[in-house]
Amino acid sequence: MRKLEVDVAIIGGGPAGLAAALAAHDQGAAEVLIIERNHELGGILQQCIHHGFGLHRFKAELTGPEYAQRFINELKDTDIKVLLETMVLEVTKDRTIYAVNSREGMLEISAKAIVLAMGCRERTRGALRIPGKRPAGIFSAGTAQRYMNIDGYIPGRKAVILGSGDIGLIMARRLTLEGAKVEAVVEILPYAAGLARNVVQCLEDFDIPLHLESTVTEIHGDDRLEAVTIAKVDENWRPIPGTEQKIECDTLLLSVGLIPENELSSGAGVELDPVTNGPKVDDTLMTSIPGVFACGNVLHVHDLVDNVSKEAERAGAFAAQYALDKLPAPPRRIKVEAGENIRYVVPHEISLERPVEFFMRVQRPEADVYLDLGGLRRVKKPFVRPSEMLDITLSVEQLSKLEGDTLRVRIVSGKEAGVDA
Amino acid sequence: MKREAKTKKAVQVAIVGGGIIGTLTARELSRYQLDVLLLEKEAEVGWGTTKANSGIVHAGIHEDPGTLKAKYCFPGNQMFPRLCEELDVSFKQTGILVVALAEEEMDMVHMYYQRGLERGVPVRLLSREEVLAQEPNLSEDVVGSVFAPEGGAVMPFELAAAAMENAVANGAELMTESPVIGAWVEGEKKYLETPTHIIEADVVINAAGLFADEIARMFGDDYFRILPRKGEEYLFDLELAGLVNSIIFPVPASKISKGILVIHTADGNIMIGPTSDNVPAKDDLGTTYSGFERIFSETRRLVPGLDPRKVITQFAGLRAASDRGDFIIEFSPNVPGLLHLAGIESPGLTAAPAIAADVPKMLEEQGFKLTPKENFQPRREGVVRFRQLSRKEQDELIRQNPAYGRMVCRCETVTEAEIVDAIRRGARTLDGVKFRTRAGAGRCQSGFCQPVIMEILSRELGIPAKQVSKRGAGSEQVKYEAKELLGKGVS
Repeated sequence: MRKLEVDVAIIGGGPAGLAAALAAHDQGAAEVLIIERNHELGGILQQCIHHGFGLHRFKAELTGPEYAQRFINELKDTDIKVLLETMVLEVTKDRTIYAVNSREGMLEISAKAIVLAMGCRERTRGALRIPGKRPAGIFSAGTAQRYMNIDGYIPGRKAVILGSGDIGLIMARRLTLEGAKVEAVVEILPYAAGLARNVVQCLEDFDIPLHLESTVTEIHGDDRLEAVTIAKVDENWRPIPGTEQKIECDTLLLSVGLIPENELSSGAGVELDPVTNGPKVDDTLMTSIPGVFACGNVLHVHDLVDNVSKEAERAGAFAAQYALDKLPAPPRRIKVEAGENIRYVVPHEISLERPVEFFMRVQRPEADVYLDLGGLRRVKKPFVRPSEMLDITLSVEQLSKLEGDTLRVRIVSGKEAGVDA
Repeated sequence: MKREAKTKKAVQVAIVGGGIIGTLTARELSRYQLDVLLLEKEAEVGWGTTKANSGIVHAGIHEDPGTLKAKYCFPGNQMFPRLCEELDVSFKQTGILVVALAEEEMDMVHMYYQRGLERGVPVRLLSREEVLAQEPNLSEDVVGSVFAPEGGAVMPFELAAAAMENAVANGAELMTESPVIGAWVEGEKKYLETPTHIIEADVVINAAGLFADEIARMFGDDYFRILPRKGEEYLFDLELAGLVNSIIFPVPASKISKGILVIHTADGNIMIGPTSDNVPAKDDLGTTYSGFERIFSETRRLVPGLDPRKVITQFAGLRAASDRGDFIIEFSPNVPGLLHLAGIESPGLTAAPAIAADVPKMLEEQGFKLTPKENFQPRREGVVRFRQLSRKEQDELIRQNPAYGRMVCRCETVTEAEIVDAIRRGARTLDGVKFRTRAGAGRCQSGFCQPVIMEILSRELGIPAKQVSKRGAGSEQVKYEAKELLGKGVS
């Protein structure tokens, strides 16, 4: 068994892992290692050949591979080590990583700090319990995207897409551009789950019908998918009898949510948040295990890769500081709580030692509201939507005014709020 | 193809149907100097009722006295440890609990206990405290239970595939994608027609499961019916492993079914089901809202911690129940040399090894002389399961074969080498690889690994990716190459 010792080991070479590695290197960590299971860096960005990445970070509209390449190019000028086609099997509490590849066999890697950057997976038909048969032709949207953009195959010629998450919307356009017909996008919520710009650019521009408050109630076909039945749902998401409509199709894509991939994290004993399905972290993005950090979609599912990069840079920098013994435990720990119409907030705990960037999502759409951070800062929001992550920073000065040991984040109505920050 | 143009082939014994009954029978007969041919209509064996079976190796206390089910169940149970050891198939002797949730249900618990004692089945009565000590996640309402420690769980598809592989290694022949579309008798010989072949046989063994009545009728032998009875199952993420340690039965409310169970599968996942609904069609494999609701409401009475959000997949299977309400294991009264192994519903999987072991005796009783092979090899070449090895063993294995270092299925830790080996042993489809190796059977349900498995199947079988199917012709997963649809104007 080959043994390695590094300062910072990063699990996953997607957008989070790349940004974390570069930041750890910039902070002065001598040995930084990225462990990536694929044969190239970039993660899921490599199959996202549409544009729209990097608007915030690079003020440019890049494709996924272009966005990834900017980081990969930067990496080439450093001595950051990369292990490709290498699968991590286990992470232990004492920060040992077991990984395999075909060249070196089993690797035992001891790290002073670890950054978890494994990303997420897609929810499946099983999780939704769609009744009916089990023919070929049912794909998660991301799998279909990989077949089309990496492998060069088109799943079928007539598709229905269940769920209006961003990948589903992007795939509606992609299938249409490839000559297939997208018969419908079906969403159980009263509003689209993906970004507003994707609804316009991927559905409306191509006259693809979006069926809201609807779901797929049955799958037909023995060998290959032949049709799906869709129906309107009531407020408890139960199909309303009499509203069924059978749509002939040979392909069904599911874009019904993403789940952070935390099997390695929980195996190591990292404490998870049942709402995000990601680790609980503090304001250095450190998990419940000292020296183990998390960022990107493994921490919580992001809407924009730009935010992933930003978060990952902080995780990488703090991981390097920890590895260099420059990250002392804080004297005070403040709990962060999700209040009215807030589904979750990251980080879960803060120290008052440093400015904090909070990421959060709301539970339901609202208009003309204020985002309130424990009364320390209040920001007017014309709209809040579950699909769009909110992002706000508190300075050390603002934090210094906090009383008690809890910071409550909530959405307040225009009436209740008297002040504007 | 015209009948005259089809390839003719003569064998001594032809088995129709590669389910658990057909495959284990083929293996039993491969112990003798006989030409044995098994015809399977699907792309791989074990694809019908077997694949969707709950995988329970019953203890032998549920079956009514005097039935063939009772005759074969306990002896079958007793054969499992050795059979699974020889075929390198995972078998977990988890034990079976029949749990009473009310005082009045204890009568049935005592009845099962007595029946177990009479049949020589190891059984124990457990008090409320003893049951809860053994299964802490059971409902607080539990009153008492009978425990049969020699019941357990097996992967039924894996067993059928392993039995067939071993039968073939011992000289039996397998023809897949070979549905029987015609059958007749000429003198002493029986004939079976497939789309490509005419098979002549001295003995035909009808192990056609759901279609056993149709095969019989092709021979003009019309005296039983197979009545499909559907069972839905819901499988949980491995995260829930350990919620129960054994197989939990309720006290059944009817005589038709044993109730809806909480199953500790041989792979360690928790699974709940099956429903028991008579359906008119033999292809009605759909799951339903009502099935889901009944299964969850029944099983959560037993184990309240079953969380519907942790379901990773669901499926349905059809039991091949006969209109006799019991197994039909007999030579046809109308067609000499036609042996029916039909109506094999629960506890058919458990009974299967005992039924198969009886087949050579039944042939001898009909005057067929069987000579044992001296070189019969009961053991199947062992299967490497990378995830079950120690770090050191894994390391050594990769050094011998670097394909063990290429992880294909991240959820279930399945390597490229295991997939290539499964293909060598007979996997031809995505489902075939999944059921043999577990690649794609985990929490992401093949979202990440399916394109890679498709590539490996395409490479190993020498077929284009567009011909790689989920489970045989017609179920290809990707239909077109990039750009192929452009300008064709889908209407």
